Amino acid sequence: MNVFIALLILCMFMCLYRVGKGPTAPDRTVAIDIMGILMVGFCAIFSIMMKKDLYMNIGISWALLNFIGTLALAKYLEGRGFDE
Amino acid sequence: MNEFVGYVLLSVGVAFDLFGCIGLVRLPDVYNRLQAATKCATLGTAMILLSVFFFTGFGPITIKALLCIWFILITSPTAAHAISRAAHRSGIRLWEGSYIDKYAEDREGKEDKA
Amino acid sequence: MKRIIHFFIIYAVWILLTWSFTLQELLAGVVISLLAELLLGDIFPYEGVKAFYPRRFFWLFCYFWVFIWAMIRANFDVAYRVLNIYLPIKPGIVKVRTKLKSDMGRTFLANSITLTPGTMSVDLVGDHLYIHWINVVSPDIQKDTEMIVAGFEKYLERIFE
Repeated sequence: MNVFIALLILCMFMCLYRVGKGPTAPDRTVAIDIMGILMVGFCAIFSIMMKKDLYMNIGISWALLNFIGTLALAKYLEGRGFDE
Repeated sequence: MNEFVGYVLLSVGVAFDLFGCIGLVRLPDVYNRLQAATKCATLGTAMILLSVFFFTGFGPITIKALLCIWFILITSPTAAHAISRAAHRSGIRLWEGSYIDKYAEDREGKEDKA
Repeated sequence: MKRIIHFFIIYAVWILLTWSFTLQELLAGVVISLLAELLLGDIFPYEGVKAFYPRRFFWLFCYFWVFIWAMIRANFDVAYRVLNIYLPIKPGIVKVRTKLKSDMGRTFLANSITLTPGTMSVDLVGDHLYIHWINVVSPDIQKDTEMIVAGFEKYLERIFE
């Protein structure tokens, strides 16, 4: 299990590299979105290790909030109002 | 036996996540990165969530994991679509090695008329 | 009728999310589902409910397996392209036509295109979808339509139209 967690952390560092270096704003948005999805996988592995469904609740809310955040960023980049 | 299947699914899922992030680092422009990252991270995370079923059996954790798969499969392509459209509208061109860009051609045509 | 079906779908999701069958949880679910339905029920389109009719549901089930198979192929495709030293990509944005008229059908089509090998939907204007393709084969609308859209359209037409 520790190996999988280490690999996921490696993935997150790759995303962080893209957040830091990414030449344009959409690049950074993509990297943040993918980090959110990786975080959900992280929560799933934690709930396997601890045998508790608390972590899965965190994962579900993380997935949905991540989606809303990405949509808001995309709308902002496009230069439209939030209520369209 | 169940644990073995769980470990196989978990390793395949993490491997796909890793491929997606390698794609995120290696590929040349926003659209290609979006393709690699979205597909791989979606299926990889869905497999990690599915492996919960083999580790813990049928119970509250599994139900929540299956719901989470459903949410991810619906939300992730929509987010990718929103980002790609926003990128194109905010004026980011495709990579120089690209073959064709019909969207830009059509939009420029419209702007000339207007 | 539409609102009653919506209410039961929301309530089912609530039960799955909490997964405890004490009285107070169930009552809180009823209150919250009613509230959600009354406030937001107008946004949800009617075609979503149509997919639960028996014959359409059968096609939805078939479509599900086609979709999963396409997704697995897509992932191996991406893995091959990413791990190859020479990056064998030839990206571009092509234009395809869709026959689907309903909003729900088009949403499903765009989402499935995003999760299948090498393609990602960028925008929808009228009847035309703009698709970013990682390895463009031809710039012709007719040919692209056959290659990308036709496989899914066959099923979605039976589910949502």
